[in-house]
Amino acid sequence: MSNVVSLDGILGVGELKSAALTSKGASGCASSSCGSSSGPSDLPADVWEKVKNHPCYSEEAHHYFARMHVAVAPACNIQCNYCNRKYDCSNESRPGVVSEKLTPEQAAKKVLAVAQEVPQLSVVGIAGPGDSLAAQGNNTFRTFDLIAKSAPDIKLCLSTNGLALPDHVERIKGMNIDHVTITINMVDAEVGERIYPWIFYDHKRWTGRDAAQILHERQMEGLEALTSAGILVKVNSVMIPGVNDQHLVEVNKAVRERGAFLHNIMPLISDPAHGTHFGLTGQRGPTAQELKALQDQCEGDLKLMRHCRQCRADAVGLLGEDRGGEFTADKVEAIAVNTDDEARRLYREHVEVERAERHASKAAAREEVAESVAADVAPILIAVATKGGERINEHFGHATEFQIYEVGTSGAKFVGHRRVDTYCEGGSGDEDALEMVLNAIGDCTAVFVAKIGACPKEKLSKAGIEPVDGFAFDYIEESALTYFKAHAERAAQGAVQSRTGRDAVLRPAEPVARRA
Amino acid sequence: MAYKIKGAECTACGACEAECPNNAISFKKGTYVIDPATCTECNGQFSSPQCASVCPADCCVPA
Repeated sequence: MSNVVSLDGILGVGELKSAALTSKGASGCASSSCGSSSGPSDLPADVWEKVKNHPCYSEEAHHYFARMHVAVAPACNIQCNYCNRKYDCSNESRPGVVSEKLTPEQAAKKVLAVAQEVPQLSVVGIAGPGDSLAAQGNNTFRTFDLIAKSAPDIKLCLSTNGLALPDHVERIKGMNIDHVTITINMVDAEVGERIYPWIFYDHKRWTGRDAAQILHERQMEGLEALTSAGILVKVNSVMIPGVNDQHLVEVNKAVRERGAFLHNIMPLISDPAHGTHFGLTGQRGPTAQELKALQDQCEGDLKLMRHCRQCRADAVGLLGEDRGGEFTADKVEAIAVNTDDEARRLYREHVEVERAERHASKAAAREEVAESVAADVAPILIAVATKGGERINEHFGHATEFQIYEVGTSGAKFVGHRRVDTYCEGGSGDEDALEMVLNAIGDCTAVFVAKIGACPKEKLSKAGIEPVDGFAFDYIEESALTYFKAHAERAAQGAVQSRTGRDAVLRPAEPVARRA
Repeated sequence: MAYKIKGAECTACGACEAECPNNAISFKKGTYVIDPATCTECNGQFSSPQCASVCPADCCVPA
């Protein structure tokens, strides 16, 4: 993949904008409109310290920081209807999929190799490809031990289905793992038996409602034990229309009561070619509007994560990009690694400075909109082509995804992303790919890009989506708010009609030949 | 009496190795194998052979 954000790329684009400090000052992000991009004023100081550089826990951090998964845990202890453990394809991007399984020693070396090439790296997670705590979690904990010794500045996190979690809480506490993700799809065994055909627990294979009931009880026990120990827990839920979609409101309530920090509702990825039970039986995933409606319904005291890219168990890089192909086992073997953390330290210091300015600048832009735009102007959706750094810095034709912002009088909020095929292949536009982009962002009023050709520009305009390249390399949120202000003025003059567009199509990443 | 692993279907996840009470399972040449001399089919130990109960590919079968 060429979609690489280098340190220079982020630091070198344009001048850092210094905004006049408002009365809110550097504490900036004071409104609830930030979603999981909460600033220091939204969160207790100790929690903010834990999440501010974690791309999966903080929407803001995901513009700046990279994560990597190391695939050391292939064994699993349950079967899910959306997963096929036999399947391993290098051209797919979704959880549970991996190209190479690593030993803990190989994984630790890979972490050092990535850390010296990618200074944005802040987090190493273990997310399978099976369950990180199955098989006694031996590989997982051995890997974390090695990383903690060689790269102590890297945060450790793991994700699990929760079945074995209560047995490992003490060990997790003892290892400075301060982020754990539990996948919880139900709090009712009647729903659960339609998602989990079996579990392996206490030396037995359990099926049906018993299996779901045991899993549910173990998940709640593990969640409570972790949150009462001060460990941040994110809950992932897979939204399966007709199976657990409305039920996830109850799941949201149950996990909120037990102290979960963040809830991530993800769309089911389902395709007959994946060989999963749901794929083979034609169970569909949700549309963009169905997903957003459920997320909006659940958004309350508990923050909803909208920036998840459902990445592979061996993903490397910023969310939305995968540089795994640069770090295959044989390539890592050839890299001379060292434990020097200076580049990472400098990068984090830079982000820390920029972050304070960003919070102030965003707050000023929000305030201006709140003051000048009538409260009854409906919010709009804007699609953004970006390579990271919270800037509009990607060419329309090179984008592999568009980030979606909902902009209104209460601010600009990241609400999701839409994957597409790149429109530009070898210099010329691909009409099918353009049609796919139109489908993916059909509910948006505008698309912000660094650059765009005349032909796609015209087609977007015809489809009612305004292509905007006037904010090239500027910050996303401020630009979105500036655009919204102008949009409200035009609407007041009757120059534009409010538009809801059509529902957008959610799709996993298209197979791309990227692995050797 | 012993179990075996159907190599062509094994995903090499290692779940069986971790559950075997007799340490009869090891990784050889890209797949896991059961040593018939040490396998007890978990008789007298558990209600069912542990490897077959945990295997996601259902490829642990009577030899």
